[in-house]
Amino acid sequence: MFVQFTTWDIVRNLLEAGRWTLALSLIAFVLGGLVGLAILFARISKNRLLQALTKGYIEVFQGTPLLMQLFIVFFGLSLLGVDVSPWIAAAVGLTLFTSAYLAEIWRGCVESVPRGQWEASASLALSYTQQMRYVVLPQALRIAIAPTVGFSVQVVKGTAVTSIIGFAELTKTGSMLANATFQPFLVFGLVAAGYFILCYPLSLYAKSLERKFHVAR
Amino acid sequence: MSLVKITGLHKHFGANHVLKGIDLEVAQGDVVALIGRSGSGKSTLLRTINGLETIDKGELVVDGAALHDGKGDLRALRQKVGMVFQQFNLFPHLTAGQNVMLAPTVVKSTSKREAEDIAKEMLLKVGLSDKFNSFPDQLSGGQQQRVAIARALAMKPKVLLCDEITSALDPELVNEVLAVVRQLASEGMTLIMVTHEMRFARDVGNKLIFMHQGRIHESGDPKTVFAAPQTPELAGFIGAVQEA
Repeated sequence: MFVQFTTWDIVRNLLEAGRWTLALSLIAFVLGGLVGLAILFARISKNRLLQALTKGYIEVFQGTPLLMQLFIVFFGLSLLGVDVSPWIAAAVGLTLFTSAYLAEIWRGCVESVPRGQWEASASLALSYTQQMRYVVLPQALRIAIAPTVGFSVQVVKGTAVTSIIGFAELTKTGSMLANATFQPFLVFGLVAAGYFILCYPLSLYAKSLERKFHVAR
Repeated sequence: MSLVKITGLHKHFGANHVLKGIDLEVAQGDVVALIGRSGSGKSTLLRTINGLETIDKGELVVDGAALHDGKGDLRALRQKVGMVFQQFNLFPHLTAGQNVMLAPTVVKSTSKREAEDIAKEMLLKVGLSDKFNSFPDQLSGGQQQRVAIARALAMKPKVLLCDEITSALDPELVNEVLAVVRQLASEGMTLIMVTHEMRFARDVGNKLIFMHQGRIHESGDPKTVFAAPQTPELAGFIGAVQEA
């Protein structure tokens, strides 16, 4: 029953698991971004009810641990009779989590566009939608890039938590390998290196984008 | 037939009654200077004329576009009324030319080529035809303010509001902006300006309005009013300004 693992076996298994971490991160980030955009528009709309609902949504997701959110999605949906795989639960949970944070980050960016920009565009007879599209959002986007890419690093690292509900991504695979090989330091060192390899380019990318947009301005 | 007609206009900021029944008529080609101490309501009055401040009570009509007790078509009003701000408020992500082109293309659906022609014409008018492709942060304060004037003019407004447009400028840049305003006035543009440039108000304006505690306290021909203020408040204000 005992299998000998070479270091290469460990690395190979981790690389395979890393693909799931990458896939989960991408899905959470893209879907979370889309949902977050919808939340953002509701949050900054003039409709009081939409404002209140989305404010509550953001506060719930920011005010509870990601782990609890995953438990609630995973076990809650099961209780309702919906059979969810760890994969779906992880994707849904991380998407919701990401959407709440991105909506709040982006709201801050929209609100940091000076009042004078709203006034100047209003005085030129632009409608609310035109003000948003041509004046406010382009400026907010520029401000948003660094924190958004910065947050994507949090999403990648957040995927580690999904190991608890049994999703076999990088961390989960790492702990299984650690148990099997009795080399936890090596295995988790490699796991950490894996996350770093995913996250570090994102940080670099954020910095280069920031520079580029700064020059374009 | 007046171009701008304000009747019984009231405005509150919470419990603070900032405009207490303003009646004002401005004719085509008038150059009106609004003066007064800070807190007198002059800036608020100016900002109500294109709907940046809401009106609680009263009527505002600009060339047929009307607001009754604050209700009416704001965008129709704003197409008649251009505004230039103290802080320029240029769109920093757009070039000078794009700043001027934006509203004609977006609001009036002018074709891009036509809007570009308008923008070039307007930038030429303010003496900045060589700055079409410059971004605002590559321009001096005076140049930025002139682009802001060009941007407002591109919508062909009936009246141009100027809210302390030289107050944020370094002293040596004030004159290039005032020269543009002076030229607009001489071309017959209707102007309403809140200003601290008393000499400019006297030289270029044909109507002076002194605001005091939310009311028009004294008004008339600038030369006469400056030479012989009728109320102690205006006399005091002129004295205080001249000492400074």
